[in-house]
Amino acid sequence: MAENIPPDLPDNPRLTRNITHFARALRKAGLLAGPGRVVDAIRAVEAAGFTRREDFFHTLRACFISRPEHRAVFAQIFRLYWRDPRYMEHMMAMLLPAMRGVQEERAAQAAERRAAEALLDGITPETPTPEGGEDDEESEIEVDASLTMSREERLRRLDFEQMSSDESAEARRMLARLTLPVRPVASRRGQASPQGARIDARKTLRAAMRRGGEMRRIHRARPRPRWPNLVVLCDISGSMSQYSRMVLYFLHAVANHKGAGWARVHAFTFGTRLTNITRHLATRDVDAALAAAGRQARDWEGGTRIAACLHEFNRDWSRRVMGGGAVVLLITDGLERDAPETLAREMQRLQLSARRLIWLNPLLRWDQFAPRARGIRAMLPYVDSLRAGHSIATLEALGVAISQPDDIGEKARLMTVLG
Amino acid sequence: MKIYTSIDEVQAGLAGQGYVCDRALATVVYLALTLGRPLFLEGEAGTGKTEIAKALAVALGRRLIRLQCYEGLDAASAVYEWNFAEQMIAIRAAEAAGGVDRERLTHELFSEDFLIERPLLQAMRPQEGGAPVLLIDEIDRTDEPFEAFLLEALSDFQVTIPEMGTIRAPAPPIVVLTSNRTREVHDALKRRCLYHWVDYPDFEREMEILHARAPEAAARLSRQVVAFVQRLRTEDLFKKPGVAETIDWAKCLLALDVIDLSPEVIADTLGAILKYQDDIQKLQGSEARRILDEARATLEPA
Repeated sequence: MAENIPPDLPDNPRLTRNITHFARALRKAGLLAGPGRVVDAIRAVEAAGFTRREDFFHTLRACFISRPEHRAVFAQIFRLYWRDPRYMEHMMAMLLPAMRGVQEERAAQAAERRAAEALLDGITPETPTPEGGEDDEESEIEVDASLTMSREERLRRLDFEQMSSDESAEARRMLARLTLPVRPVASRRGQASPQGARIDARKTLRAAMRRGGEMRRIHRARPRPRWPNLVVLCDISGSMSQYSRMVLYFLHAVANHKGAGWARVHAFTFGTRLTNITRHLATRDVDAALAAAGRQARDWEGGTRIAACLHEFNRDWSRRVMGGGAVVLLITDGLERDAPETLAREMQRLQLSARRLIWLNPLLRWDQFAPRARGIRAMLPYVDSLRAGHSIATLEALGVAISQPDDIGEKARLMTVLG
Repeated sequence: MKIYTSIDEVQAGLAGQGYVCDRALATVVYLALTLGRPLFLEGEAGTGKTEIAKALAVALGRRLIRLQCYEGLDAASAVYEWNFAEQMIAIRAAEAAGGVDRERLTHELFSEDFLIERPLLQAMRPQEGGAPVLLIDEIDRTDEPFEAFLLEALSDFQVTIPEMGTIRAPAPPIVVLTSNRTREVHDALKRRCLYHWVDYPDFEREMEILHARAPEAAARLSRQVVAFVQRLRTEDLFKKPGVAETIDWAKCLLALDVIDLSPEVIADTLGAILKYQDDIQKLQGSEARRILDEARATLEPA
């Protein structure tokens, strides 16, 4: 295919080959470097010349990276590669069998984890027929409830943390069908509509030109709707463990909902540190998605540092994901270790940047819940809506509430308790 | 027509306009000029992304055409628009005069007289002095439909107006896109361009910039100002001050006839460097004094 080779590539085959191999090394590191970029890089190096090594570095960097996060990785690979290309080749060759092993190991770990979950989740054992009075009233209540409500109805109201592994599995199936409906907002773009308020002069005149200037009809336009973004901040510390796992299933369903939904769903987990798991939620298989997210977020079931994590979110991410008025869903119990003043400040900044800030608190599962903890008292004034979210029924209620813009949930009642 | 033949010439040319840039940025600018690719500059606000386009235009002797992006920007506001009001008046006038010839009317109405040219179309017209510099500012404020439109426009540099035909640029303009990263610009657009992240400068470079932009400032005051701002950028602020803020602050201090920095002066003029109330509150009282002392400490050995 001689005609496909661009005629102005330099005659230096070694340079071409080296740059191509360099692109392969970048690809292995996770940077996207396709053949188009390789050709551009070769042309650029020819144009820039070889006078200084740093110019060479800057030239290649301008062609191969598109994000500031990639600069550090690029610098490292550049240093390794252009010192001795064979070094990189050896490293890549050595890594390959190990990488295969890692894949298998990961598959084994996922299966093991599921098995462990299956074993350990059944803390309340599934005894179908209680033998005697040694079981507590819980099993008796179960029997009673199953007579009055259907099984699915009961599952909807059951608290996530009290589910056995069977019930969890079925609840996950039900969660996969839940959605979080969203009402679109008006944007500045127009779309044709006979009843619109704006006059579309362009279209009117073009139509008139077909009749030699006679305007038969005035075309109108109305604002085109657009859907806002959703940003979810989910607490995965020890106090929220079983609950947060189920909520992540729900989030995966929301993020993968086909049809008119949120424009973009960004998801973050936090415990002792903040992790962005948005990309993992894009995987269609929910177990694979959550396994990948679990690997990336290392602070599962650790302590809680809400203020520090919110500060990191406000500083690094809020300007990038909250554009265009995003709805923020904050899922945490509010039990915070650090001082409450920083928490209040971070919550205020979060509320100022978001269109709506909705707090899902599993502690609302108890009717007598009163905001006594310092963290909760600090956070409460700055949210727009406070809702319970400990069971499937409450998540469905969230779905209803989120489409009503002035819904405040339990906030009013608890603010009066705060005094 | 001015052409740069090396990276050093680019740096010298920009320095002649008072824009001090580092070697990396000069390399990318040189590649953009030589290869004819657009230049995509991303970075925090106030780091000189817009300034470099202006300096480049003056240095090369080209016209600067600026397209300021906002949400909802569409082809009508970016490329061209027909002057409907005048067209309708012309139609009525022709009708009133009697004897409307349809062909001629259509031909007259959709001609250059009634065309309002917006920046993208202006960039396609031949300019004296050579191809213009097209600055597309804050592309992250538009949305994806406009990005898709821009992708097409930047690949062919031609615009089709249905009533008039295709208008091609005689020489492709020098395109500079800037973004503040409030939204992730789509990779397809970034891939068409040469990308560069504009970071905050270090002490020496910021001193050079301040000397180029505010030459009346005494060396002593400039050093204190730059040291303070550099120190401030290591603090935990919501919005770190950029280079533009440093220059503004230096000019404010000059207007107030300040010779040396002190906590009182800083408290009075804090609005020139910090633009968020949380940050200003964080710096009240002893915080400003502490940062000033640390900044002075870094200056001592120099």
